[in-house]
Amino acid sequence: MTALALKVNGTLHRLEIDGETPLLWALRDHLKLTGTKFGCGAALCGACTVFVDGSPVRSCARPVSSVTEAEVTTIEGVTGREAAAVQRAWIARDVPQCGYCQSGQIMSAIALLKAKPMPNEADVDEAMSGNLCRCATYQRIRDAIHDAAIALQVQP
Amino acid sequence: MGFAACALASAAAAQTDQARSIALFREAGKVLQHPRCLNCHPAGDRPTQTDTMRPHIPPVVRGADGHGPPGLPCSTCHPRANYDAARMPGHPDWHLAPRSMAWQGKSLAEICVQLKDPARNGGRDLPALLRHMSDDSLVGWAWAPGAGRTPAPGTQAEFGALMRAWADSGAHCPAD
Repeated sequence: MTALALKVNGTLHRLEIDGETPLLWALRDHLKLTGTKFGCGAALCGACTVFVDGSPVRSCARPVSSVTEAEVTTIEGVTGREAAAVQRAWIARDVPQCGYCQSGQIMSAIALLKAKPMPNEADVDEAMSGNLCRCATYQRIRDAIHDAAIALQVQP
Repeated sequence: MGFAACALASAAAAQTDQARSIALFREAGKVLQHPRCLNCHPAGDRPTQTDTMRPHIPPVVRGADGHGPPGLPCSTCHPRANYDAARMPGHPDWHLAPRSMAWQGKSLAEICVQLKDPARNGGRDLPALLRHMSDDSLVGWAWAPGAGRTPAPGTQAEFGALMRAWADSGAHCPAD
């Protein structure tokens, strides 16, 4: 065990933890931030997506020791105009079914809109290809992302 | 020794040098055509994975600069170093080779000609190419690929020495 400092959603936490622990488990087990989900543990499904210094990261495949100098943002703390637009679009389209993958889907959607404010169909497919949904809500996810993109253009 | 004998000896030496050069390149080719190298020198826009070189899972594309598309950069999954707990390979500059450097599906002879062509090797002359092969740390990842992956044969230093010997012997390419 090592004493590590971890800044999550603007708050500095001090953890007694093995530095090789995946960031996901530091968030879920140590900080009780359970909005970030465990899906596969191998960066194959996207359910565990968070931001590290504003960039999307699969937290199941990142040792916690590698992010101690960084700002981690989870679904509980994500803010900003893209996040607000995505949240509104998700509600309007009633996107989730079971909901398990949705925090990861939302984080990836926000990352896409930050990188490409007006994505086309191919952009959406390419950016979201790493986020799996066993309920197959993919079409609603696509539609909601386009809705959010349009809303961001209309209300900059 | 007369002129003709000199010319013949010279030609024989040249033939020997050429054969040696080609033999050296064929040896280096065991690295160049190893899955650790070919997986990120794909013929299309998608990398491959494992020693069987199956399509990358999840499906990803190279994007404009080889670092992934907007919203899903390679660094989303690939850390700055291998992370064996998740069997995730990593490097600070993890990315795909450009389309012009596609090696998959090509013969060793084709790869050899391609390597010497600045239009298809990242604008490198031969010394720069040798430096890239022997010193680049992403190239070097092939010999330290992390748990569960077969490393490229030998060491990066040995590969660099082979490539240098190939260059010094005329940088000849195999005919097939």
